[in-house]
Amino acid sequence: MRTYIIWSLLLLVGWLTLASWRSDAIPEKLSDYGFFTGNPAAQKPAPGVVPYSLNTPLFSDYAEKLRFVKLPAGRSVTYNDSSVLNFPEGTTLIKTFYYPLDFRNPAKGRRLMETRLLVHQANGWKALDYIWNDEQTDAFLEVAGDTKTVSYIDAGGQTRQHPYTIPNLNQCKGCHNRNEVMTPIGPSIRQLNGDLAYGATGAENQLTHWQKSGMLTGLPSLANCPKAPVWNDPKTGSLNDRARIWLDINCAHCHNPKGPAMTSGLNLSLSETDPTALGILKTPVAAGRGSGGHPYDIVPGKPDESILIYRLASTDPGEMMPELGRKTTHSESIALLRDWIKAMK
Amino acid sequence: MKLSLLLATCLLTYSAWAQTDVQKRYQTRLIMAEDGSTIDLDAGTFTFTGSLSLEDKKRIVIRGKGVDKTILSFKGQTDGAEGLRVSNAENIVIENLTIQDSKGDGIKTMNVKGITFRNVKVEWTGPPKAENGGYGLYPVQCDNVLIDGCTAIGASDAGIYVGQSRGIVVKNSKAYHNVAGIEIENSRNADVFDNESYENTGGILVFDLPDLVQKQGGNVRVFNNYIHDNNFPNFAPEGNIVASVSDGTGLLILAANNVEVFNNRFLRNQTIGTGIISYLITERPITDKGYYPFSTAISIHDNVYERNPGPASSRGRYGKIFDAILKAGQQVPHILYDGIADPATFDKDGKQLTDKRICIRNNKNQSLVNLDAGREFKNVSFSPAPFDCQLAPLKTTAGNGR
Repeated sequence: MRTYIIWSLLLLVGWLTLASWRSDAIPEKLSDYGFFTGNPAAQKPAPGVVPYSLNTPLFSDYAEKLRFVKLPAGRSVTYNDSSVLNFPEGTTLIKTFYYPLDFRNPAKGRRLMETRLLVHQANGWKALDYIWNDEQTDAFLEVAGDTKTVSYIDAGGQTRQHPYTIPNLNQCKGCHNRNEVMTPIGPSIRQLNGDLAYGATGAENQLTHWQKSGMLTGLPSLANCPKAPVWNDPKTGSLNDRARIWLDINCAHCHNPKGPAMTSGLNLSLSETDPTALGILKTPVAAGRGSGGHPYDIVPGKPDESILIYRLASTDPGEMMPELGRKTTHSESIALLRDWIKAMK
Repeated sequence: MKLSLLLATCLLTYSAWAQTDVQKRYQTRLIMAEDGSTIDLDAGTFTFTGSLSLEDKKRIVIRGKGVDKTILSFKGQTDGAEGLRVSNAENIVIENLTIQDSKGDGIKTMNVKGITFRNVKVEWTGPPKAENGGYGLYPVQCDNVLIDGCTAIGASDAGIYVGQSRGIVVKNSKAYHNVAGIEIENSRNADVFDNESYENTGGILVFDLPDLVQKQGGNVRVFNNYIHDNNFPNFAPEGNIVASVSDGTGLLILAANNVEVFNNRFLRNQTIGTGIISYLITERPITDKGYYPFSTAISIHDNVYERNPGPASSRGRYGKIFDAILKAGQQVPHILYDGIADPATFDKDGKQLTDKRICIRNNKNQSLVNLDAGREFKNVSFSPAPFDCQLAPLKTTAGNGR
């Protein structure tokens, strides 16, 4: 009888230890978080998980992205018109990368690649990456990254196949970095100021939606909020505005005075006004063969002589920009930037 | 036949799998490393397809089994702009290993307080070419940099490059077949000594460039180095500042301040044994208002100069300049000064402030030219008299007794 009690006690202690250890550990599976209801691959957000989109997103090898934010219950963010929103501790930003099998017809299905999490913990933001299995039943934690091959039919009807790189956790910080502190990049007022189709309620401006649902405080009237243009929609902004927002979201996370590319002196933030810092007739510093034999980052009127265009067009890891997350050339944005440089005097 | 095909397929699949496996294994170790731990690498050649990176760590030692014993090869790299990258870290030691054929830079360390490279070789195999990566060892914005017993070969920019850093020792190292052997750029308090830099385009460069976060480096001592035969044709991609370095350059000081060069041997650097120039002579535009484009307070003493008789290299611009200014039979001088000085360093009588001067004295076989390039080469002079002076010796690099 006594042995029986001792054994049960031991078992209980063991179980409790295991349970506490489990609660500290990082979940192995994406489904452990409960962000989605039903089949996780359907990406149907659970209550409290809110989808969002950006007006001009980062290019990631043509992958489409589903973005969600989960604020801690009862908490909100405060309006600020210049930088990424200051999400409270306990917030999770969720981003799923996927490829439609046929970009012309989303109904044909899709392949989920990875779901990246930015979790705001007591000691700052932490990045985690979950890779979807081939069966598309769940995604699993991976710290060291991976490379997969994707194939799909692109918007022009061409079949495309290329490698797709899933970053390791250090590489997350290669971009999500301000003064060496991990930081979100996308969700600023400017980028969120646009419509999104919410399931039941239909399309609504995201800022209005966030305010109504208590997620955002201090919002002035929409007319007074900055609004990022959509890079490939001329109705939303001038050529200059669209080129600058594209550079801001695609380059300025590194190329800003507090980012990993500060050593270059090139600053592609939207707020930069100094022409040299923006690259105009600026000589490169450590471009190596990334210069493509050109003397300046941007030569007004001459996209073919501008290092910026050369490095965006290259897919050679020794010369390309951005350094990570790109295996293909984004010809559509290069066309925009070429027009932008061509129009410079 | 069929069986061997099957076997071959299996082997191929296995080696591809093994490769990604090694990448993941090493990267996972770097991510999971506890502060204060040592990451021991096995002997052998390991092939990686992407950069390896170490972030946000303290007191980590990455240790191989020796140069050419532990080889991390990045031939066939498809991801990342460097071989190994270390950032936002403290007291990191990388030692006893070789890094080969990275697509971009060899080892880049950024924002590291205390970075030691010891017995590390970074090389691009095969003949030197523009397609090689830019920098071999590349600490940038670091404090307390020690590069000791390292070797850099084949970089299309600089083999050993220290940029925008503070407190630097580069010693006992070798650099050859690079465009620049060793370069100290926009950096403060550097001692470069007991190195051998040879068969590069330029042996050692001390540069200050505009538009950078850390402006105005200086306090650089270059001593006891053997700098020879740096006559390799420049293979840097156009656009980079080093692409403008003439082959045949031993040491070039560009827009740097407080530089002391002594007890070095400059042998057979056929164009410029030692050059002291301003950024203005590069004829690149300057829009950076905080930038100081002049070389001031430079002291060149007690060095040995020798070169083979004959003309300077005709590939760079200096060959043409020498053609224009040298009389028939006159040998190329060992030391070149472009003569472009900061007007603000002169008093009302036209005398340069004593602590801002260029002083050249006591060198074996000393000969020099002042190009007077600021006034279109009007008063080219070979007279040593204006430079016969002595500056107070620079102090040794503080806090770097390693």
